[in-house]
Amino acid sequence: MNSAVVTLFKLAVLAGLALFPAIGSSFYVELVAKILVMAIFAMSLALLVGFTGLVSLGHAAYFGIAAYTVALIAPEYEAANLWFVLVASVLAAAVAAFFIGLFVLRTKGIYFIMVTLAFAQMAYYIFHDTALGRSSDGIYLNFKPDASLFGWMPFNLDEPLQLYYFILAAMVAVFVLLAFVLRSPFGRVLAGIHSNEHRMKSLGYATFRYKLAAFTLAGALAGVAGFLYAVLFGFVTPEYLSWHHSGNVLMMVILGGLGSLAGAVAGAFAFIGLQEMFSDWTKHWQLLMGLVIVAAVLFMPTGLAGLPRRIFRTINWGEDDE
Amino acid sequence: MSEAMLVADRLTRHFGGLTANLEVCITLERGKLHALLGPNGAGKSTCINMLSGDLPPSSGRILLEDRDVTGLDSAARSHRGIGRSYQRTNIFPQFTVLENCRLAAQSRKPRPWRIFTDAMKASDTVERAHAAIVEAGLGGRELRKAGVLSHGEQRQLEIAMVLATDARVLLLDEPLAGMGSEESAQMVELLRKLKQNRAILLVEHDMDAVFAVADTITVMVEGSVLESGPPEQIRNSEEVQAAYLGEEEHG
Ligand SMILES: Nc1ncnc2c1ncn2[C@@H]1O[C@H](COP(=O)(O)OP(=O)(O)OP(=O)(O)O)[C@@H](O)[C@H]1O
Ligand SMILES: [Mg+2]
Repeated sequence: MNSAVVTLFKLAVLAGLALFPAIGSSFYVELVAKILVMAIFAMSLALLVGFTGLVSLGHAAYFGIAAYTVALIAPEYEAANLWFVLVASVLAAAVAAFFIGLFVLRTKGIYFIMVTLAFAQMAYYIFHDTALGRSSDGIYLNFKPDASLFGWMPFNLDEPLQLYYFILAAMVAVFVLLAFVLRSPFGRVLAGIHSNEHRMKSLGYATFRYKLAAFTLAGALAGVAGFLYAVLFGFVTPEYLSWHHSGNVLMMVILGGLGSLAGAVAGAFAFIGLQEMFSDWTKHWQLLMGLVIVAAVLFMPTGLAGLPRRIFRTINWGEDDE
Repeated sequence: MSEAMLVADRLTRHFGGLTANLEVCITLERGKLHALLGPNGAGKSTCINMLSGDLPPSSGRILLEDRDVTGLDSAARSHRGIGRSYQRTNIFPQFTVLENCRLAAQSRKPRPWRIFTDAMKASDTVERAHAAIVEAGLGGRELRKAGVLSHGEQRQLEIAMVLATDARVLLLDEPLAGMGSEESAQMVELLRKLKQNRAILLVEHDMDAVFAVADTITVMVEGSVLESGPPEQIRNSEEVQAAYLGEEEHG
């Protein structure tokens, strides 16, 4: 697979997404918008799991904290300012990730999984059981945020189409940002930590700081996803912070293939697509989903991201394409 | 020109009931290569681990250019100029030879805030990495994956990585183990060149190599220093013969 083909493929997918509203019904446009938001969420987790080797099982906390920030700072009888809410909610998620990171990054392996989960459960209970979350049923947003910027109104999120393109643009922006980060010196340090953290330390890298920066960035981007989710559905619930949600996004990353941004996006499409399909058939959709995940891990160890290469290999039998 | 760069002052390390190092004193001087000998399990690697910051000593101090660095971790010591190679090859097996060394060179100029620059295009670090690869004798193999190199080549890569960090104090734990005789000879030449403006501690079982480059030799047995002095003194020491060199000839 040469990189021109890969780039072309990505651009084709992007064009498909941009043209989709022309053919899809409003139900499907909203579904794809939801998938795009989850793709951002999955990419943010991929930065930790796939690229740095930090398996977080509490990533929904940052998604949920940002979503709740949107709901809690929105005035009841008028629209909040989009840009203010965006900055505030992403900042809230980043600050939470920074402080939680200070603790959890002192642990490794299975303990890291446990403490990220524990912190997320604490965050869940704060919104589920205290006055801060108002009600365990969640909070409705009465208005979509207003996008005006110094009196100028670049777009209107009350229009479903404009909301769709706003989300698509955010997904592309996060993808491009992470692609830059990963090839930068900082991204290479994360890859080195993933490969051999001990050696990175003895080469002079204060690895804790790099991991904290990655954890905070991942939390902030999960916050972008949580913010968009709250705006898209006009509703927040403690379930956004639940461990189911953390588990689902982890499955998206694994399904897509560890160590690939495009894989995380593909994983979000596959996971939510299958979820829709299975839940149409049966209310026991989780069983089917479980089977798919097991099969994917067994038969597709490199995930969806590795699939084109494997198919290509099979067709060009014996030809080495590296 | 000789000045003390790194001083181990009565370093002691216990592992449970085992005393791996007992009051070990070693001085490394700029321009000199100090060899550390001893039979298996004598505590040579433990000593290097304490000097590099991989392992905290149970007691004793480590001075780098008269500054106490005992409390610094390995990353901080690396930045003060201490570099090390490992007895058990410790590299990034999935990365290319170039990337292994580029990461080493990048550690001198981390620039973590520049997230929009391409790491591969930071020409100063890439050049430093290339130079280190050539110095260590791996020229032409830059784009090979480190994990598929031969054992000897991986040992050379270990050295190249230390060189790429521009360390002034080198702690080398059996760098020649597993190398062919040609690479070995090359490496001895390299050590001779490197010691001109650095301080080197060399742990090595290859006696020919050690006597070819060492300015001072310390012999350890069961965690303690048995004898320390110029190569001639060590070669003629009966105690050393009995404890170590003689044994080597038998086995
Ligand atoms: N992390 C550790 N935990 C427990 N014991 C250890 C540890 N590291 C080393 N030892 C013990 O300390 C003693 C000295 O080990 P060390 O590796 O320093 O010896 P060495 O001189 O480097 O030997 P070799 O020539 O085989 O490399 C050995 O008995 C070893 O088993
Ligand atoms: Mg050893």
